[in-house]
Amino acid sequence: MSATSDLANLDLVARRLRLKLIQMSHAAGTPHLGSALSCVDILVAAYWNVVKVDPRNPSDPLRDRFILSKGHAATALYATLAERGFFPKEWLDTFAAHGAPLAEQPAPNCAPGVELATGSLGHGLPVGVGMALAARIQKRDYRVFVCMSDGECNEGTVWEAAMFAPARKLDRLCVVIDYNKWQATGRSNEIMALPSLRDKWAAFGWTAHEVDGHDLAALSRLLKNVPDGSGKPVALIAHTIKGKGVSFMQDDNNWHYRIPKPEEIEAARKELGLA
Amino acid sequence: MRNAFAKQITELAQRDERVVLLSGDIGNRLFDDLKAKCPDRFFNCGVAEANMIGVAAGMAMSGLRPVCYTITPFITYRCLEQIRIDVCYHHVPVVIVGTGAGLSYASLGATHHSCEEMGMLRLLPGLAVLAPADAMEVRGALKAAVNHPHPVYIRIGKKGEPVIHKTEPEFQIGRAISIREGKDVCLLSAGTMLAVALETADLLATQSVSAKVVSFHTIKPLDEAALAEVFTRFKLVVTVEEHSILGGLGGSVAEWLADHSPAKARLLRCGTADEFLHETAEQEEAREHFGLTAAAMAARIKHSLG
Repeated sequence: MSATSDLANLDLVARRLRLKLIQMSHAAGTPHLGSALSCVDILVAAYWNVVKVDPRNPSDPLRDRFILSKGHAATALYATLAERGFFPKEWLDTFAAHGAPLAEQPAPNCAPGVELATGSLGHGLPVGVGMALAARIQKRDYRVFVCMSDGECNEGTVWEAAMFAPARKLDRLCVVIDYNKWQATGRSNEIMALPSLRDKWAAFGWTAHEVDGHDLAALSRLLKNVPDGSGKPVALIAHTIKGKGVSFMQDDNNWHYRIPKPEEIEAARKELGLA
Repeated sequence: MRNAFAKQITELAQRDERVVLLSGDIGNRLFDDLKAKCPDRFFNCGVAEANMIGVAAGMAMSGLRPVCYTITPFITYRCLEQIRIDVCYHHVPVVIVGTGAGLSYASLGATHHSCEEMGMLRLLPGLAVLAPADAMEVRGALKAAVNHPHPVYIRIGKKGEPVIHKTEPEFQIGRAISIREGKDVCLLSAGTMLAVALETADLLATQSVSAKVVSFHTIKPLDEAALAEVFTRFKLVVTVEEHSILGGLGGSVAEWLADHSPAKARLLRCGTADEFLHETAEQEEAREHFGLTAAAMAARIKHSLG
C-alpha cells in the first residue's frame, strides 16, 4: 500500500504486520517475537508518517535514515519495509532460510532499506551519530532515527553517544527507546538502574519525551517534530508492552524465546481482528 | 611520527573534502593547523573510543573518509567489537591510527603498551594492518590508506624516531620496501624497529655476516611475493617487531611458511614475549628486556647461522 497518514488504516497495517511477524517466527522457528511485536507501532508511525524515504530510490543520499538498532526484532523491520514496497513481500516467506536475503538478524546491505547490520546491541546510536555528523559536513538536511531497546541501554556505547550528540548539537537526530520493561532474562528496571530513562536522557542534554509507544498519533506527532527547534537531539521514551497485540503474549517474557504453534497463530489472528 | 601524521592528514584534508579526523582527546595543539584550515572536519570525540569508531563507520557509510586517531591500546583493544562490526563487517573505508604503538609508551606501564593488537586486528576480515617504519613511511601509509576503499589500521610511534628514508618512498599497501641488500640473512622489520634492524645489520657486517633489510610495513595483506623470494634466497629470515612474536609479523610469516614448505630458509622471530612488562622502563630499556637491541639480535642471528 502507499504511504498514508490515515490512522485507522495505519492501525490495520500495524495489526497485519503483527500477524506477519507471528507467522514468520513460526515458519522459521526464530525467537524474539515479543521484542518484535513491541516495536511495531514505532516502525509504522515512522515509516508511514515521518521518515522521508523512497522505496524506488532506497539509497538516495538525501533520504532520512532509520536504524533499528535492536537487531533481534528484525522481523518487524523486514515486514515494515516489505509492506512499504522496498522489496517483494515474498522475501518474508523465506526469512532465515539458507541463502535467503533476510537473515535472522540483518546483514550489511541485505535488503533495500536496511541501513545497518545489527544484532550486537549498542551499535546503532554511534553509527547514527556518524551519519548525522556526515549530513552536517556534506550540507544535507536528512534526519537520523535510531530505535533501541531498553535492554540495549545497558551498553556503555549508548551513553558515550548520548554525551557526544548533544555536544555537537545534532538536532536532526532522534532516538526512540522501545521501553517494554523486559530484557532477555528479567525486568530491565531491576537488572540495571534504568529509571528514570527520561531524566537520564534529559540530563545528557537531549529533549526527552515520554510517550505511549502504541499510540500511533502521538508517536507520529513527536517524530515529525524533529528537529524541534531547541538545538538538541530528541529522545522518545516509548512505553511499550512486550508481545503487544496478543493477550497471551503481552508482558510475558517467555515470548522472548518461544515459538508460536499453529493454534496460537489462529488465536492471535482472531485477537488482531484479521480474517 | 605523530607530527608527520598531523602534517599529512592536514594536507589530505585540504585536498580531499571527504577526509575527516576524529581524535580521542589527544594531540593537544597537534591538529591546530587542521582545525584552522578545515574547521568542520575535526572532531574531538572525547575519551570514548567505542563511540568514535561507530561514528566513523556512520560517516564512511555516508561517503566520507574518516580517520580515527588516539593511543594504540585504546583505539584497538577497547573498541575491538566496533572495529569488527561497524567497520569490518560493513567493510567501510575507515582508517584507524594508533599512536604510541608497541613499547613507545613503555614508561606509562602495560596499560599503554600494545604488543598484541596487530595479532588481534589481523584476524578481522578485510582489514589491512600497516606498521610504517618512520615519518616518511607514515606519510606514505596515510596517503595510501585514505585512497584505499577498504578498512585500514595503521600503528605508528610517537615522536623523535630516527628517519630512515631521505625522501618519501613509494608506499603501496602489501608491498614491502627493500632498504639494504645482503646475502647471508634477511631481516624483515615491521614499524619503528627498522632503525634497530639496520643497526643489527651494521653489527653483523663487522662479523662478516651480510644482512638484507626490508621494511615489511604491511602485516596484512602479506607481501607473499617478497616472502617467496627471501625464503628462497636466504637460509635465515628474521622478523623484527615491537610486538609479540605471537600473531604479528613473526606469527604471520610463520603461518605463511607452514603453508609454503619446504622452504630452505629457517625463520627466527624477534619480538616481545608472551608476558606483560611489569618492570618500570623507558622504551630502550623495555626493548632490552625483550632482546630487541642490535647486540641481542645480532647474537641470536650469529647463533642461528651456526
